[in-house]
Amino acid sequence: MNAPAYNFAYLDEQTKRMIRRAILKAIAIPGYQVPFASREMPMPYGWGTGGVQVTAAILGPDDTLKVIDQGSDDTTNAISIRKFFEKTAGVATTTTTSEATVIQTRHRIPEAPLQEHQVLVYQVPIPEPLRFLEPRETETRRMHALAEYGLMHVKLYEDIAHHGHIATSYAYPVKVNARYVMDPSPTPKFDNPKMDDCPALQLFGAGREKRIYAVPPHTTVVSLDFEDHPFERYRHEAPCALCGATDSYLDEVVIDDRGGRMFVCSDTDHCETRRADGHRGVQPEALA
Amino acid sequence: MSMMDQPLLMTEGLGKSYGRQLGCRDVSFNLYEGEVLAIVGESGSGKSTLLQLLSTQMAPTAGRVCYRMRDGVTRDLATLGEAERRFLYRTDWGYVHQDPAMGLRMKVSAGANVGERLMAVGWEHYGRIRKSAQSWLERVEIEVGRIDDSPHTYSGGMRQRLQIARNLVTEPRLIFMDEPTGGLDVSVQARLLDLLRNLVAELGLAVVIVTHDLAVARLLSHRIMVMKEGRVIETGLTDQVLDDPREPYTQLLVSSILPA
Repeated sequence: MNAPAYNFAYLDEQTKRMIRRAILKAIAIPGYQVPFASREMPMPYGWGTGGVQVTAAILGPDDTLKVIDQGSDDTTNAISIRKFFEKTAGVATTTTTSEATVIQTRHRIPEAPLQEHQVLVYQVPIPEPLRFLEPRETETRRMHALAEYGLMHVKLYEDIAHHGHIATSYAYPVKVNARYVMDPSPTPKFDNPKMDDCPALQLFGAGREKRIYAVPPHTTVVSLDFEDHPFERYRHEAPCALCGATDSYLDEVVIDDRGGRMFVCSDTDHCETRRADGHRGVQPEALA
Repeated sequence: MSMMDQPLLMTEGLGKSYGRQLGCRDVSFNLYEGEVLAIVGESGSGKSTLLQLLSTQMAPTAGRVCYRMRDGVTRDLATLGEAERRFLYRTDWGYVHQDPAMGLRMKVSAGANVGERLMAVGWEHYGRIRKSAQSWLERVEIEVGRIDDSPHTYSGGMRQRLQIARNLVTEPRLIFMDEPTGGLDVSVQARLLDLLRNLVAELGLAVVIVTHDLAVARLLSHRIMVMKEGRVIETGLTDQVLDDPREPYTQLLVSSILPA
């Protein structure tokens, strides 16, 4: 089953226990950033070292793993991480959302609704939502401890003052369980409402920053906003060119050097499933 | 006795030593609502240490500071929890730094700088926050059209006025000022002092102002405390102390002002 040189899922058992303790604490205090002794992984920081460690700690031999990067199952990062666990843990892998028990993601929450037996693991580059407003880590920790979150609204205020609307389109701050303000990693704000009352467990791992945080199943997750400028989802005004979906998050793809472009679902599994069911979009002229 | 007759801020035997080095020693005074107290003295006389003790940025090694909270109860500031202290600091108090960059968020617009305290106490209506920011910019004589500009684009005098607006937006009762006119040229200083004097009178603010500039003390303050080597050597009404100084050191200070 295993490649002989590795322990199951690459990390040694003591390291996995340490990470599991951090995860349990994170689940007990939703949205709170728990420090953990992040390890060197055989990939560079920024490629998902935090997510990989969390996945390694929770993976069992019976799990089925799905890895997505920007919603896609077939980008370099997703394929590498999937192969990594195929090799070191010998677990089954899939690209189908409904078949997976553990889904590691960067940027997206799958379009298909998540279920109770699933765990969504996010790769997080910067866990601290207050980082760019207050550079002192000692101060941001104190602000979390005392729930002083006025500064978060300063950021949204700036958006409205300069752009006329809340222009933050990803890493949009949320309040978890009416207590901690959390950065949902670089997911587009389109996905924010999916985090609220989600039946699946959501775990966040930041490898370089050595932090783990969590949103337990069925926890309230509220996107911050102003009374007169409420939170709004954002999506390109177009149907998917491949499957015709009008409710999924779209990627813009440039297709020639004359300004041609097409919009396609960012969630490749969702798009393929719809096409297999017979849904078709309207392809732009250039591809027809 | 009505509430107004009770002091807002009281200190008893306040002192701070840095190991063997003395910061300040045995300072006792009462400050009433609407009263402006100037603390003067040369560099190293302990005025800044005292200001930090009063504003709870530093813990004293002797004595205590008491403050009459908005609910009328006078409390020893050392017994406040950190959350209470920070809340007091950003609602009922203000702190004007000598260097506006210390008191402002230089990376966000002027409007957000003024609005920050409102958002910190739970305002979540953009329109109302902006309106309040606009009216405060007007009151400190900053053109409302500059509301979305960063303080980086402001002159020194404007930054200082912006810092004052940012502090006053929650209608505090007590303001600490550390050399508010330091580093400004004379005409800008005059305008700022004029503005401060009007605001203090209009809002009935209590102010503790630290300065080495006796002219600033004369213009703004009702009472004055002269410090030397960590001790208060003379205290009294500003005019009285400056026109008829008793202590030799105060006489020296007063006589070292260059005639205009």
